[in-house]
Amino acid sequence: MGLLDKLKSLLFGKEAVREGKQDAKPGAKPADEAIVEKPVEQPVAAKPAEDKVEQVEQKHIIQKPKEEKPVADKITVGHVHMSGCTGCLVSLADNYEGLLTILDKYADLVYCLTLADVRHIPEMDVALVEGSVCINDECSMEEILETRERAKIVVALGGCACYGNTTRFCRGGQQNQPQHEGFVPIGDLIKVDVYIPACAPTPQQIRNVCLMAYLLLKGNDEQKALATAYLTPLMNLAAAGTEACGCDLMTEVINQGLCMGCGSCAAACTVRAITMQYGKPQVERDLCIKCGACYAQCPRSFFSFDVCGQYESITELIGEVMKP
Amino acid sequence: MSEYLGEYKAVYKAKSACGDILGKAQDGGIVTSMFAYALEAGIIDGAIVAGPGAEPYKPEPMIATTIEELLAARGTKYSISPNMSLIKEATRSYGLDKIGIVGTPCQIQAVRKAQLYPIGLRDVPDKIALAIGIFCMENFPYQGLYQMVEDHCATKIDNVTKMDIGKGKFTVYTERGAHAEIPLKVTHKYEQPACHVCLDYVANMADISTGSVGTPDGWSTVMVRSKAGEAAFQKAVDAGWIVAESMDGVKPGLELVEKLAKTKIDNNRAYLEHRKHEGTLLKPLRSPYI
Ligand code: SF4
Ligand code: SF4
Repeated sequence: MGLLDKLKSLLFGKEAVREGKQDAKPGAKPADEAIVEKPVEQPVAAKPAEDKVEQVEQKHIIQKPKEEKPVADKITVGHVHMSGCTGCLVSLADNYEGLLTILDKYADLVYCLTLADVRHIPEMDVALVEGSVCINDECSMEEILETRERAKIVVALGGCACYGNTTRFCRGGQQNQPQHEGFVPIGDLIKVDVYIPACAPTPQQIRNVCLMAYLLLKGNDEQKALATAYLTPLMNLAAAGTEACGCDLMTEVINQGLCMGCGSCAAACTVRAITMQYGKPQVERDLCIKCGACYAQCPRSFFSFDVCGQYESITELIGEVMKP
Repeated sequence: MSEYLGEYKAVYKAKSACGDILGKAQDGGIVTSMFAYALEAGIIDGAIVAGPGAEPYKPEPMIATTIEELLAARGTKYSISPNMSLIKEATRSYGLDKIGIVGTPCQIQAVRKAQLYPIGLRDVPDKIALAIGIFCMENFPYQGLYQMVEDHCATKIDNVTKMDIGKGKFTVYTERGAHAEIPLKVTHKYEQPACHVCLDYVANMADISTGSVGTPDGWSTVMVRSKAGEAAFQKAVDAGWIVAESMDGVKPGLELVEKLAKTKIDNNRAYLEHRKHEGTLLKPLRSPYI
């Protein structure tokens, strides 16, 4: 709990620190406080100095949200569009006002062919890569390498980037580029840091990864620890490979004696390929599009007591930081 | 906070205050009356519960949006009902905004993972209003139960009117008054294998967890854990749907709950360790925990 209180203190200023202390673990090290206070005071102290004295009264209300603003720097995020359907980007946008909050407070969108007028891949903190890569298209091959070079964190956004998804079924011959027949997940070409599987990935999952990436890059040590704990399973997925299928439920869960029949996998599948039969998932393999959602959603693929045990405070925190 | 029982705000000896719920419930009828009250009070607009399935003693998940539907689903189930399989559907064709869900500790873990990592569960995380967890040592898959009844008890499962686990025995009763029992020892091998990697006995991540262990017959032990759980439970008590009393001096009390939790978790930790087959297998069997 101590970790989250500190997180709140950074994001909301001193009020929250005091509030947070009440339910902080008795064992929390006082030494950590110094780390927390510092970033809070900077923006607060910096602001009034810039304001003209006579405007203080008026400005107070307008400035308030700014005073609560976490830290001055945002991270830079780009959306790199490979061979995908733009559904992942739409999903990001489906955070609605939440997207505006993210762009307002935590991240600048520095590259996004669909939404921003920047033609070439710039340096950025986080690249959200949508789609698999067409190896028959030189431009795509170049851009995926450039993305790796210029981004600190590469996130495979959605089933196609992670696992190929529906593009796995492509065999060329489509108009107007019939010669485009080879498509591979980005992880076959470059090192990928984080996976967000599913077709489409959910707005909430994308939001959580963006917020955690922000903490990872801009937070203090403790925030980095929370972000790392949260992101680790998604990094492990990235390290685990570029193939996914409903069959993973068989090979990695049931065959391993781990399936307890909760049904999360069936709920997660976009194409309803999974039904629960006699307490275990039954995958209609012809329907499966290889998006990887079922396995990643399964509590027996990965489960972190540290993260999930704090579901209440993390959920509250996300709610608060997403307030416009 | 306890290593084995998780964090909780309060613990009670409680039972339903409604006669018709208590009638069919095996113990305190807490889950049914909590959901019934929550529906009535607008805390939830539907609940995912284990209802009767097409085959006898094979529960199927269902979404109850009325008290009548809840009542039709009540009673202890002996095999697992994949309640999470309806979590997305509840927000879609049922249009629920505030979902209640009941589940075993592993299912409640699935609920929390779904909220923090909603990988394939768009718009679900903020719609879970009340998650009630049930104490659980282990579960029998339907076919395991079937084997115990049909083979070991030599009884047709269609004729069974009641099953009971207690006092070291598994007992089935039939319509015609016959009953058959087998020692629990015999049933162990039919337990769901995945139950043996489970590190939670009292649903540590539920809003409210409940079970019969620890309190006298007719009562349930109730652990109130989250803010949402605390508020809902308090209101249900104030509104007269649930009778709650202090656990102080209750025998066998929380001590027994803790003892069973420790047995389960220690055993399963040892099993997880064993699965690594250190030095003997090429590749350890997978552990889900990181
Ligand atoms: S989500 Fe995992 S544990 Fe749950 S039913 Fe599916 S495979 Fe089994
Ligand atoms: S079974 Fe469904 S969720 Fe799993 S990989 Fe296939 S399409 Fe995706």
